[in-house]
Amino acid sequence: MTQTTTSESAGAAVSRVFREEAGRLIGSLVRRAGDFDLAEELVQDAIVEALEHWPVSGVPANPGAWLQLTARRKALDRVRRSALLTEKLRLVAASEAPLEESDDRLRLIFTCCHPALAREAQVALTLRAVAGLTTAEIAHAFLAQESAVAQRIVRAKRKIVRAGVAYRVPTAAELPDRLEEVLAVLYLMFNEGYLASSGPSATRPRLADDAEWLCGLLANLVPAEPEPLGLLALMRLHRARARARVDRDGQLVLLQDQDRSLWGGPLIAEAGALIERAAAMRRPGAYQLEAAIAAVHAESPSWEATDWRQISGLYVLLLRHRDTPVVRLNLAIALSHVGGAARSLALLGELADALDGYHLYHATRGELLKRLGRPGEARAAHRRALDLTSNPAERSLLERRLVF
Amino acid sequence: MKMKYMLMFVGDGEGPDSSSPDELQAMYARVGAWWEQHSASGALQGGHQLQPASTATTVEPATGVVTDGPFLEAKESIGGYGIVEAPDLDAVIAMAKTWPASSKVEIRPIVVRDGM
Repeated sequence: MTQTTTSESAGAAVSRVFREEAGRLIGSLVRRAGDFDLAEELVQDAIVEALEHWPVSGVPANPGAWLQLTARRKALDRVRRSALLTEKLRLVAASEAPLEESDDRLRLIFTCCHPALAREAQVALTLRAVAGLTTAEIAHAFLAQESAVAQRIVRAKRKIVRAGVAYRVPTAAELPDRLEEVLAVLYLMFNEGYLASSGPSATRPRLADDAEWLCGLLANLVPAEPEPLGLLALMRLHRARARARVDRDGQLVLLQDQDRSLWGGPLIAEAGALIERAAAMRRPGAYQLEAAIAAVHAESPSWEATDWRQISGLYVLLLRHRDTPVVRLNLAIALSHVGGAARSLALLGELADALDGYHLYHATRGELLKRLGRPGEARAAHRRALDLTSNPAERSLLERRLVF
Repeated sequence: MKMKYMLMFVGDGEGPDSSSPDELQAMYARVGAWWEQHSASGALQGGHQLQPASTATTVEPATGVVTDGPFLEAKESIGGYGIVEAPDLDAVIAMAKTWPASSKVEIRPIVVRDGM
């Protein structure tokens, strides 16, 4: 084993510990001190200290207790430094009791993903407070300046405190909207990792992995809700195909050209079980339907054998929950395999205004025009798609299409 | 601990002139009902409707300059405000969602100092 892989796996082990412990610790400290900003700050300090010590001294036997102790010491340091000895800091510093059994992470998730915060802030705060990433790691994952991410987090936490964003689980009446908000944050996080919108590499597996872990945590914390299971299944299905999605040169491979023997059978089976568990609750939703669509693809032995009728039907159902131009575009693609390219091209026509800035719209149009024997217009559409995409791997896929 | 908020009812600056008298009356009735409901619960502690933004006068204390009009020229402006006491932001968001008159409601936490 080389030096790099050793330190990488040690780093991954440490990250896993933070993921398990950070959210629990912050959650209980917020409840104890009543100050989200302060609790998050103290635990972040403890994580940064752990990153200095653990690679040298090894991960302690009880990392949660180590982090709690360090956070407490950080609180004491602040008390000594600060002339204003606040009651909140004393509460944290004096708390010698071990972490409670109760899990405060659900409140923490809902607070970090509160709709009064901007989406970027929700993402950064959730990664830091719930998944235990450092500011530097978040900046790296989003190819952003560390100072910009730090600023975003500071501003979000200040708003939570000053605007009185509640630290609690939403009521039953609020839950559907608030859960939708959390799922949108997690899916954005996953997509940013799985299909990076910018930057030199098309995927950032660590970010996708964190998003999947967070979604699994959420599904466990709200076991009676089907949509987190749907999103989790969707993430598993994307991951099952990850190896076939990019070739040896880092180029994206179209679904129809992917080597299906590279797809992860166990992951697909796991996703199938999750979809069934969700479906048994008889409350269909957008993520469950998206997962079901992905599952039809994943379970098909070949591109030619794809059950487009079923996929079209699922997209029609999906429109009831999420009527967006992109879903309509996907329905048009599915129908093109059932009812012919001309009809789909007409469907696309209705979406021209809404999707003119979307590269997949033009790529799809190009594909349909090619099939209809209109090569000149097809090339123009592919060129437009090329101008619009900023992902290098997707770009070269389109560049290759232009050759024909 | 309760928080204090200011709800700012944002409109087009000139009031709902385009509505018919019947519509206006119905809207004022809904606003009246909303106001009464939240005053009775103790959440709403005061507030007023404001004259249109065209009636505003802006003063710059540093220079003593007095100008006709609002400090910011904008299509939208504050048409009225309410002062609310609530346990957290969610309670105020829920309240603002039921506001029957203008298209937007801005919620701003009020700075509360000890002894004030």
